[in-house]
Amino acid sequence: MKLPPVGYEAPKTADEAVDLLAEHGDEASVLAGGQSLIPLLALRLARPEVLIDINGIDELAGVSAADGWVTIGAMTREYVAEESATVAGAIPLLAAALPLIGHEAIRSRGTIGGSLAHADPAAELPAVARALNAEFVVRGPAGTRVIPADEWFEGYLTTSRQPDELLVEVRFPAAEAGTGVSLTEIARRHGDFAMVGLATSLVLSGGVISDARLAFAGVSDVPVRAAAAEDLLAGQLPSAELFDEAARRATEDLDPPADLHGSSDYRKKVAAAVVRRGLRAAADNAAGGSD
Amino acid sequence: MPDINLTVNGATRAGSPEARKTLADFLRDDLDLTGTHVGCEHGVCGACTVIVDGRAVRSCLMLAVQAAGSEVTTIEGLAPDGELGRLQQAMWDSHSFQCGFCTPGFVMQATAFLGDHPDAGEQEIREALSGNICRCTGYQSIIDGVLLAAERSRKE
Repeated sequence: MKLPPVGYEAPKTADEAVDLLAEHGDEASVLAGGQSLIPLLALRLARPEVLIDINGIDELAGVSAADGWVTIGAMTREYVAEESATVAGAIPLLAAALPLIGHEAIRSRGTIGGSLAHADPAAELPAVARALNAEFVVRGPAGTRVIPADEWFEGYLTTSRQPDELLVEVRFPAAEAGTGVSLTEIARRHGDFAMVGLATSLVLSGGVISDARLAFAGVSDVPVRAAAAEDLLAGQLPSAELFDEAARRATEDLDPPADLHGSSDYRKKVAAAVVRRGLRAAADNAAGGSD
Repeated sequence: MPDINLTVNGATRAGSPEARKTLADFLRDDLDLTGTHVGCEHGVCGACTVIVDGRAVRSCLMLAVQAAGSEVTTIEGLAPDGELGRLQQAMWDSHSFQCGFCTPGFVMQATAFLGDHPDAGEQEIREALSGNICRCTGYQSIIDGVLLAAERSRKE
């Protein structure tokens, strides 16, 4: 369908965008890459009175690294992050996730900040942000605040960003030596949202898992950390038996949503398989990187 | 309605689209460039793919006003003199298409991809075209056409 009539503002600075958000509040939608928002408009699932288009705000785009953190501007397009040597070197889990987002033409326009602010629980980037404890920097009339990933995702397509706040950048901690990652998904068709996805990051020190991070996509209304499995894995030697037990613990409390692609029970079984595959791939990746 | 200027297939064009008008509809309705096809209108089918500033994008997921100042290439821009380009000829030779509805989207996506990856193999081509839907061919003849174009470009 065609988009409904809607107002349009195109601020040139983040401060102008914040002023516009203060003026329009929850009647406004922030338009970044538009790869989710434009379909929502076309399907009448979102009916904002005004679009605040931040594509012209140069200060919101870019990747920089300092003091063990990589900062990605909210308007940084997914293909730019995909091609970034900084991202490839310092945030390998994000680098593994980016090629799996939609299709090439989607990543031409789609943005890091847009995907994380849209907060689709089945999408790749929210799971990556949860796994890595990313930090979200938002700017509003009262100034800037930093929101940790475990407080960012509040529900289906809902974040702790207030209507008068603009997501300006997302910070990811740089991976330490010995890190192995995988972004494991099972989807009906290539490029679709996964039935279940898992962002996995393991740190191996002398063959032992010193740190394990697992975050699911597609099993709840928010991305979900598998804390029980992470606790089990820390301090252990990687093995098939260990990963089987981790899969059991990671999924025992899950109650995934059912839809036409799979029942809740089926998704739970898929989730266990994804944990086994994800851990094996991340452990292999860590071992390969230390050679 | 904001006034915009942009370059389409090498020519400067101007217009005053409503904010809600997509680039796809602007190209078709305002500029009479109806080679860009509109299928699903929500970013799933890939039929409306055009090249904006060197990247393949879905013109149904971009507002016309957002294309202000950009360089846009549509299917009409690939054979301005009426002679098929290398990719088009290879797809012709491979009988890549049947009904033709998805054709402009596939050709634009493949044009952008081969421009960046002239040495692409079959798997990479399948990956690059995975966001375009065709209901007729079963895809094999499309892949064959793009592979043939890549092969011919290496021989030149």
